[in-house]
Amino acid sequence: MEKRVVFKHPVLPYLLLAPQLIITLVFFIWPAGQALKQSVLIEDAFGLSSELVWFDNFIELFEDPLYLESMEITAFFSVCVASLALSAALYLAVQADRVIRGAMTYKTLLIWPYAVAPAVAGVLWLLLFNPTLGILPFLLRGVGYDWNAQVNGGQAMLLVVVAAAWKQISYNFLFFLAGMQSIPKSLIEAAAIDGAGPVRRFWTIVFPLLTPTTFFLIVINIVFAFFETFGIIHSVTQGGPAGATNILVYKVFNDGFIGLDLGGSAAQSVMLMGIVIGLTVIQFRYVERKVHY
Amino acid sequence: MAEVSLRDVRKTYGDVKVIHGVDCAIADGEFLVIVGPSGCGKSTLLRMIAGLEAITEGEISIGGRVVNDLEPAERDIAMVFQNYALYPHMTVYKNMAYGLKIRRMSKDEIDARVKKAADILELGELLERTPRQLSGGQRQRVAMGRAIVREPSAFLFDEPLSNLDAKLRVQMRVEIKKLQENLGITSVYVTHDQVEAMTLGHRLLVLNGGVVEQLGSPIELYERPASVFVAGFIGSPSMNILTARIAAEGGAVELPGGDRLPLSNGGSAGQAGQRVTLGIRPEHLEIAEEGADAARLTVEVVELLGADTLVHGHFGNDRSDLTVRMGGIHNLKHGEVLPLKVSPDHLHLFDSGSGARL
Amino acid sequence: MIQTRPWLTYLTHAVLLIGILIVAYPIYFTFVASTHTLRDVVQVPMPSLPGGEFFGNYWQAVTAGLGEASGTSAVGAGRMMFNSLVMALGIAVGKIAISIIAAFAIVYFRFRFRMTAFWLIFLTLMLPVEVRILPTYKVVADLGMLDSYAGLTIPLIASATATFMFRQVFLAVPDELTEAARIDGAGPLRFFWDILLPISRTNIAALFVILFIFGWNQYLWPLLITTDPNMLTVVVGINRFLNVGDDQIEWPIVMATTMLAMLPPVLVVVFMQRLFVKGLVETEK
Repeated sequence: MEKRVVFKHPVLPYLLLAPQLIITLVFFIWPAGQALKQSVLIEDAFGLSSELVWFDNFIELFEDPLYLESMEITAFFSVCVASLALSAALYLAVQADRVIRGAMTYKTLLIWPYAVAPAVAGVLWLLLFNPTLGILPFLLRGVGYDWNAQVNGGQAMLLVVVAAAWKQISYNFLFFLAGMQSIPKSLIEAAAIDGAGPVRRFWTIVFPLLTPTTFFLIVINIVFAFFETFGIIHSVTQGGPAGATNILVYKVFNDGFIGLDLGGSAAQSVMLMGIVIGLTVIQFRYVERKVHY
Repeated sequence: MAEVSLRDVRKTYGDVKVIHGVDCAIADGEFLVIVGPSGCGKSTLLRMIAGLEAITEGEISIGGRVVNDLEPAERDIAMVFQNYALYPHMTVYKNMAYGLKIRRMSKDEIDARVKKAADILELGELLERTPRQLSGGQRQRVAMGRAIVREPSAFLFDEPLSNLDAKLRVQMRVEIKKLQENLGITSVYVTHDQVEAMTLGHRLLVLNGGVVEQLGSPIELYERPASVFVAGFIGSPSMNILTARIAAEGGAVELPGGDRLPLSNGGSAGQAGQRVTLGIRPEHLEIAEEGADAARLTVEVVELLGADTLVHGHFGNDRSDLTVRMGGIHNLKHGEVLPLKVSPDHLHLFDSGSGARL
Repeated sequence: MIQTRPWLTYLTHAVLLIGILIVAYPIYFTFVASTHTLRDVVQVPMPSLPGGEFFGNYWQAVTAGLGEASGTSAVGAGRMMFNSLVMALGIAVGKIAISIIAAFAIVYFRFRFRMTAFWLIFLTLMLPVEVRILPTYKVVADLGMLDSYAGLTIPLIASATATFMFRQVFLAVPDELTEAARIDGAGPLRFFWDILLPISRTNIAALFVILFIFGWNQYLWPLLITTDPNMLTVVVGINRFLNVGDDQIEWPIVMATTMLAMLPPVLVVVFMQRLFVKGLVETEK
């Protein structure tokens, strides 16, 4: 996609690009390069000496049970968040698509969790689930179930999954709704005339036509679960209890900032970079082609 | 004063030659129409005059100055685009005033010019509207107003009427012609519509595949087309084109099916026995008495238009589809044989290979 | 609309209402908690209706935070919200400004390194702050930008989404508009200012909404680079309040702060919904 009409100017384009490029180089490229560099070194915490160890840091990572466990946890976490957020959103979108009256109100009332910071969402659910104050543990105790996410790893995971999904539902809802509203009504009417009931109509016509949107959202949700949920983990569980919610992005922060393991943290950063690049490539090559608005 | 001249102008994109050397001298106040089928390079040529495309070779001058290296804004030209290109967020007034504002004209002067143009184009009441609130024809007039206020050496029009409906197109055509005659500004107008070309231009430049087929007045192109292409392009319904042969003894041309039509005496065109491409305009075929000099047309379809009748048929066993235009109403039947004659002046002979006029 | 049995419509509305409840309940709960005294909140179950401490709690939250108990030198939510506001506005305006001129350069000019610049910017899409935490921190520290508004905003304003969005918008502007402007005598900067910018108005507004929310909700980055309590943003501040160890957490104040933290972005989404949705859709293309 190129413009037919262009301006020729010796200096201007460089000037226009300068701010963005400078900041990009200083704050993005250079640090990324540093991360790459540090991932192949071992440094002491004071940065006074360093030793080139090539892939040792990476090998160490893969042999580290904690790291592998973190990968598993992250994968599990993402799948849970994505599935929960997507299915709930899809269901709500289907319902919202069917109402004529009040559609706008429902839409407004359902999308505002997007505006809530993940960290804040975490805090909200933390409060709800707080063993001392929260209403939910109270109710659960009423049916004989003892809830304490600070002790029980599985419950902690449940808590963060719910908090993350709660936030993401609104985003997915918006896109699903838009996707459904772009399906020509005539297709659905034709199916109805052919004798298909609402459930069959949905699964055989609406859902397949939503596939591009769905793929797109799957990628977005996974990226969200991998990266943007840092705030939730940090405010709510700090990776615990006993590492039960120690997702990769939190581990990078924890090991690097708090544990001061620079090489290992850098190696983890590089791994994360690889994952993002992979996801972005997937998004651009397979998903973007099919999605048209 | 404001002549535009093109000398051996060529354009190449990478390896692809698009314009193969165009020469043309447009007089001050002349209305030149560049006409040709899609892709022939006419818009490219216009844009080279405007300065929106670079000139690969050759020279273009406006008002005596060579403008090859000048920016569009420096060439003292104004352009009317096919899609009007009005600034969507500005009012009609501001759209017209924009170019003048950049040239630092005084507010009073701008106001005077805009109002004058608005008067000419009857835009007075629309000055505070935005393009979104205007109809296609109104937008077109605003686009012209924007050009007029500049009082340039030359107007350039890039298929300005293509986006209008047929009726509006006819109306606007007349308006443009009147406007140009009143203002007397040299104009170069690009279109693919030969009717527009014929009605508007003082002269026509017929372009085909980047090559000039003919340059001349509309009537010249009509009466003496320089090639088969021009012959078929100008005139509606288009000229009948047949393959034929000059009779062995000369003096007549033999049609498919065997009938002959006499050629004009002293016709140096072609040699005896030569295969030629023959062109006859539908309006030049007249009903003849049965005789040796008549061509017999077997009627296939008759179109009754009221004022005219169009008869479609073929000569002999030929598969070519010929059209005859006759004034009035003629109720002919399918299969009827119609004897036709043509005045020898109206027989156009072209070389069957090159298509050039013989 | 295909006619269905009426009870299905009721069911639909019911489901949607339940959805809204689930979405809204955590907020409601928090709001209620923020209007009671600590004693009432701690007693379980908590009262289900708002209490009378609204003004008292919120006033304290805004002005004094948790006081000495928090160990954060009593920074009020008012101050923190101000910081958040500066950061959010700085990021939104900054990002828009540098992205729009960068997109202009890439779309409307031909120059050496044009594609290099394009790919460099594209690269930033794949480098969210979470993957370069430590080195970026070091750069900011080395530049002396810790605990400053500059440090909070500048590192975050160069990512590619805004640039790409503007690029799409500019690519869709008809060429003839540019040509007409050129013939009218407008140079590139004039064209940009007089024509391109006004045409892009709604896109800029939509992007502003999205970026403001993005900026306001930043967590990881402010967490890293601010240690001075006066520079805390409200989103991070809540976290500080929670991690005061086993001392009695002043829940109502924390809840009030949480409500305040959510308020501006939510208001923006609710009142500028159309722009917000447009912004979301445009940036994801």
